[in-house]
Amino acid sequence: MHEIAAIVRKDVRIELRSRVVITQVLPFAMIVLILFGLALDADRSTLRSFTPGLFWVTVLFASILAIQRSVSVETAASAFEALRLSGAAGWKVFVGKAVAVAAQLIAIETAMLGGVIVFYRSSVDEVVLLVTSALAATLAIAAAGSLYGVLAVGSGVRDTILPMLLLPILAPVLVAATRAFGDAMGATAVNGWSWCALLACFALLYGLVGGIAYGVVLEDA
Amino acid sequence: MEHAVEVEQAVVVLNGFPALAQLDLTLPTGSVSLVQGPNGAGKTTLLRLLAGLVPLKSGRARVLGLDVVTQRRQVRAAVGMMAPSSMLYDDLTIVENLQFWSEMSGHQTTRGTGDRRTALDAVLGRLEIASIAHQPVSTLSTGQRRRAALAAVAMRRPRLWLLDEPHAGLDQAGRGVVDKLIVDAVDAGATVIVASHELDRVRPMASHVITVAGGIVHRSEVETDA
Repeated sequence: MHEIAAIVRKDVRIELRSRVVITQVLPFAMIVLILFGLALDADRSTLRSFTPGLFWVTVLFASILAIQRSVSVETAASAFEALRLSGAAGWKVFVGKAVAVAAQLIAIETAMLGGVIVFYRSSVDEVVLLVTSALAATLAIAAAGSLYGVLAVGSGVRDTILPMLLLPILAPVLVAATRAFGDAMGATAVNGWSWCALLACFALLYGLVGGIAYGVVLEDA
Repeated sequence: MEHAVEVEQAVVVLNGFPALAQLDLTLPTGSVSLVQGPNGAGKTTLLRLLAGLVPLKSGRARVLGLDVVTQRRQVRAAVGMMAPSSMLYDDLTIVENLQFWSEMSGHQTTRGTGDRRTALDAVLGRLEIASIAHQPVSTLSTGQRRRAALAAVAMRRPRLWLLDEPHAGLDQAGRGVVDKLIVDAVDAGATVIVASHELDRVRPMASHVITVAGGIVHRSEVETDA
């Protein structure tokens, strides 16, 4: 498991040095949240009811950038080839990259949650449900994103193809996370834990598929 | 003598274009081989084939007794390849890069902390980059990056070194360091294959010279004065 830890440490260290996620992806997410508020020109209660959906749409946009960054760290150094040469198992590289992306997304989501509370005057009724759902959704996004990120490298047009590949796959996660957050934030009357369980299933499914397929896809990256 | 490389009728096709055709090659263990040929001849593809990085369309290739197709991971773990790009992360220091690639190669777990530190210091010393070891790679010159990339290969203690233009971008002192690294590797029992245009530099060290053109090995000769 030391390979997984090494990749997570390396990606987090590179992010702490380059601060791309903090200085570019997070401000982008905040701007999108503000623009949604301005575009909808809604009153407080309407914004509050839309908050879960707006939050997760913004997370998806931000995750595209975070995943592209995660991939570009490797392509800039021609490191995908070096990763293949290392002899490390593909699934270990996948888990390492996905966990590193998830850690960065969690940081972004934490700041964004503060954003929706401030900008949209939203509140959190069920903290445990909210945190659990966010973790499950984030893992699903990171797993699918890490797989599709390296898949897009092989296509040769990664910057433009990644959103088209990834967003349809993540649409079910968007729906489930929005419902779970809606319950946790008191915006919709649904059983949030059922949606949270569905999110966990997505995270598991994407994680399994990624773990199996990543090594094969990495060969073409 | 045991063979480090045995290639029979190997054909490599990349993106629909033949990169290597009907390649036959045998190289002994513990030797230095020079791969020469014009740009686009297939020198890099040959090294990548031996590293298990390109698919074999037909034929057979064994490296260190391992099949490059069916035992690809073992092959990759046993070879050390220096590519034209540095394969180092710009935002990390040389030491952080070397530690990372050492961990990814599984060497961190097979050595104790003291051994790891000693091995790292020894490699930094051999490549004469100890004074810049804690600088981010983004701040290094081209020559310093090349030395750091070689250090990453050396850290793996490979049994087969595949060096693609290892002297490129280096000053005279750096070239001397590379030469010594190659000689030391062979003295330690490893096999070294160097693809290079620096024929005058590598040829005196080489016991075998492989001439590639158009993806075909035109000549594989043994240097009698090596």
